[in-house]
Amino acid sequence: MALTGTQSQTMTKANTKEVSILRYIWKMRTLYWMSVPGILYFLVFKYIPLGGSVIAFQDYNIFKGFWGSEWVGLDNYVKMVQYDEFLPILKNTLMIAGFDLLFAFPAPIIIALLLNEVRSMMYKRVLQTVVYMPHFLSWVIISGIALALLSQEHGLINHGLAALGLDRLFFLGEEQYVKGVIVGAGLWRDTGWGTIIYLAAITGINPDLYEAAEMDGANRWRQTTAITLPALLPTITILFLMQIGHFLDFGFERVFVFLNSLNQASGDTLDTYIYRVGLLQQQYSYTTAIGLFKSLVGLILLLLGNTLSKKATGEGLF
Amino acid sequence: MRTTSMSRKIFLVCNGLLMGAIALIAFMPLLNVFAQSLSSAKAIEGGHVFFWPVQFTMISYDYVIHNHTIWRAFAITIFLAVFGTAFNLLATSSLAYPLSRKEYKGATFILLLVLLTMIFQAPLIPNYLWLKQLGLLNTLWVLVLPGAISAFNFFVTRSFFQQIPPELIDSARIDGCGEQRILWNIVLPLSKPVLATMGLFYAVGHWNSYMAAIFYINNRALYPLQVKVQEIISNANIMTDASLLIDMNNITPDGIKMAVVVVSSLPIIIMYPFLQKYFVKGLMIGSIKS
Repeated sequence: MALTGTQSQTMTKANTKEVSILRYIWKMRTLYWMSVPGILYFLVFKYIPLGGSVIAFQDYNIFKGFWGSEWVGLDNYVKMVQYDEFLPILKNTLMIAGFDLLFAFPAPIIIALLLNEVRSMMYKRVLQTVVYMPHFLSWVIISGIALALLSQEHGLINHGLAALGLDRLFFLGEEQYVKGVIVGAGLWRDTGWGTIIYLAAITGINPDLYEAAEMDGANRWRQTTAITLPALLPTITILFLMQIGHFLDFGFERVFVFLNSLNQASGDTLDTYIYRVGLLQQQYSYTTAIGLFKSLVGLILLLLGNTLSKKATGEGLF
Repeated sequence: MRTTSMSRKIFLVCNGLLMGAIALIAFMPLLNVFAQSLSSAKAIEGGHVFFWPVQFTMISYDYVIHNHTIWRAFAITIFLAVFGTAFNLLATSSLAYPLSRKEYKGATFILLLVLLTMIFQAPLIPNYLWLKQLGLLNTLWVLVLPGAISAFNFFVTRSFFQQIPPELIDSARIDGCGEQRILWNIVLPLSKPVLATMGLFYAVGHWNSYMAAIFYINNRALYPLQVKVQEIISNANIMTDASLLIDMNNITPDGIKMAVVVVSSLPIIIMYPFLQKYFVKGLMIGSIKS
């Protein structure tokens, strides 16, 4: 790598700079070598498929491949909008996502605030241990548990309904219940886990603030609304924006494990539809178009939410 | 001194009870499943099983234990959890270490490259077609390679590495250590807490992995545990496997399903109390940094 004096003199300034960067990298080569597999990983497994998304604008033919397939512009999107099945599935997806935002987003905040009021440390620990746990079970296991709880003849919940003199419900077999089951299962699995971040944020609040408030005669409720909630606002905002960016991405597994031939019409979401029609029926271009549509909606919501929250609270992801 | 008013006392008691109720809601379903798995067919079908086994029997577990396809799925998942996790940790730390060093010029660009993958993810089909082209479909590699590094875990690991004093690394270099030796002999041993946390995240991911197998594996012999469990849970007619020498009159599909649920979640539930603090710590490091 060493350059002779005459060589470096004839070089332009830009070239010298380039050479010195290369020389630096050469000096640090082991450091750079180590990072090569990891960078390749992201390029190969994340960026190449991302580039492959352009088949959404092709009539992809598996024999002609990526380069040989015909370009069709927005035809797949026209097909998507015109397709009878699409709107009900979009509606299902939006409804589940909406219920999630309505119930599953605030639930951890409320539980964290109440858990924080528990005085006995021992009791608090036990509570935390128990409510975090469902998060570690797979969706498959959770669907198995739901099966036991919701069974029409001998499920725990139907026993309860019967004991109250109500009718037994066929939760997993009737269309009207499946969205509730999916949202409820999400609540059961992740509410406790969601409290961790909020509890950590509450712990980080300066205790002097509470003492000062108490001096001023603020009761516990006033302290919560005037100190704790404002202190949690940045955390709430960030988590809200993150959730809204993945508004339509509440997961394939979570829905798929609850679907059966009886409830499919009401439970099918974009993700499960993409799997069924795209992968199993090999409608590659059409479902990639739907997948991109989903990401685009997420991106727009994220940008929109970020702008609005910056205006309203001064907080944002970027 | 803080005086506790009457209304506050009432609140504290009610709140304690409410939280207890919520914890019970989180826990009772597990107990119900466990009780069903240990109850007789007659008790389950009669609807007598709540939180305690009725007419205790191990017959459902007998069925599970004698079903070799379940054991094969178990073995595959254990293999993935052990070797997959080791691979994850190696891949994550060997990218996180160089990027944690100030000497790495151009790190910002690469960090952006990683960050963007958290926001933009390729849809299912382009992923599928690419993995097919790479010849990874229907191999166990497809459950390991595409998820080798999680961007989130990468950022947490990198920020932990950054806290290691640079003087330590410098003095090792003066002593003649190469970068690989520095990573292996100095950085990694100092990073046991973060490695444990990330390892647990990865291992639970492998244990619960279902989606990738559904998408990319058709060969039933390679199905990991969760796929097998889902097959059993969703199949009403699992009694056809009559090669088993079990009294079929005393066994019910529901009992078997619950036994399978218990067996496949048991490792996580047993480990959970020991792992909890690591998970919580990991989540908090991650949230503070992001």
